[in-house]
Amino acid sequence: MKQGTLIHGVILGLFCLGFGLALALTEWVTRDAIAARAMEDRQNSLGQVIPTAIHDNNPVVDTIQMQDDAGRELTVYRALKGGRVTGVAFEVFGSGYAGKMKFMLGVDAEGRILGVRVLSHKETPGLGDKIEVKKGDWILQFAGLSLGDPPTAKWAVKKDGGRFDQFTGATITPRGTVAAIRSGLDFYAAHEAQLLEVN
Amino acid sequence: MATPGYGRIVRDGLWENNGVLVMLLGMCPTMAMTATATNGLGMGLATAVVMAASNLMVAAFRNYITREVRIPVYILIVAANVTFVDLAMNAYMHELYKVLGLFIPLIVSNCLPLARLESFASREPVLPSLMDGIFMGLGFTLALTLIGAIREILGSGTLFADASLLLGPAFKFVEMRVMPADMGILMFILPPGGFLVTGLIVVGKRMLDIRAGKGIQMAGAHSV
Repeated sequence: MKQGTLIHGVILGLFCLGFGLALALTEWVTRDAIAARAMEDRQNSLGQVIPTAIHDNNPVVDTIQMQDDAGRELTVYRALKGGRVTGVAFEVFGSGYAGKMKFMLGVDAEGRILGVRVLSHKETPGLGDKIEVKKGDWILQFAGLSLGDPPTAKWAVKKDGGRFDQFTGATITPRGTVAAIRSGLDFYAAHEAQLLEVN
Repeated sequence: MATPGYGRIVRDGLWENNGVLVMLLGMCPTMAMTATATNGLGMGLATAVVMAASNLMVAAFRNYITREVRIPVYILIVAANVTFVDLAMNAYMHELYKVLGLFIPLIVSNCLPLARLESFASREPVLPSLMDGIFMGLGFTLALTLIGAIREILGSGTLFADASLLLGPAFKFVEMRVMPADMGILMFILPPGGFLVTGLIVVGKRMLDIRAGKGIQMAGAHSV
């Protein structure tokens, strides 16, 4: 090997080594803070769908693993009070106008919705994004509803003969959202015993 | 080539050789992040930090980086700086990170930092290089904020929405509603609006330059 080539290789190697060490050090310094922030975020988003009044545990860490109807791994966050499950929260998925939408759905032990929030979506800004609580209170109307209330046939947007408003200029987003929430309630109904079982 | 003076560096970065409006570099983050003025401002400032740090490091090591391996070393340095910013923001400026976090990695794909490393920091001393990074970054910020402001007003009817998330509660006063939300023209917050607005601003800047400096060209433009 020519000596010149070797020198270039060594220089590049030294830069990689130096910056690799610096990156490892930064990661090590920030690791705990980042983990703490992630935990706070999850507590915040769970706090919106599981009221703090109904639990005396930390639902973020009190979880069970299940499989949803599509066979995906599903983490169920459980609210317990006095040793009994008072509510559960889990992610549900819907398809919107521009891809998958992800929600966090909270359901109490009677099968009523405690709350639902959007975790991620790619809907059109200004039209479909009114499902975010930041942009409108449309998503809040689901609290307190359950599979029988309204009746199954009415779990749809008004355009499809149901009871939920669509938005001006956006029907597909609310339709997907309603379907996602309903699928979550169906999942709850089908697995109620397992969800409420205290081990 | 003699090292340019600081006045020259400032003017080049902010206006005369502006990264977006003249060199047309960094179009990917420009289009992705300028649906609102606040996002443009945040992305611009994050990029400025990365550019200042990368310019500084490359200038400091410029005598050790051989021509043959300079490109991988530049990319390594930019990517490392982006990761530093990403980790530090996630840990210590989490609210801001939630707004910008998704877009910080996009800085790696921005060719403006790489262009400044190659054409400036690799040849000039540390201090001018640092200044070049800062002012090229601020020029980028200026362009992104301007594009963002126009797109936001036309598309959503607001200006600097959520600026208090980025800059702190003290900046609540800059958030304003210019016109009712349902008067917004949706196209302007979607990618085509980004290209249109950027193009119009580039044209506007050229017209200003021509009018300011070159009377003959202006007369020519009138006669056409």
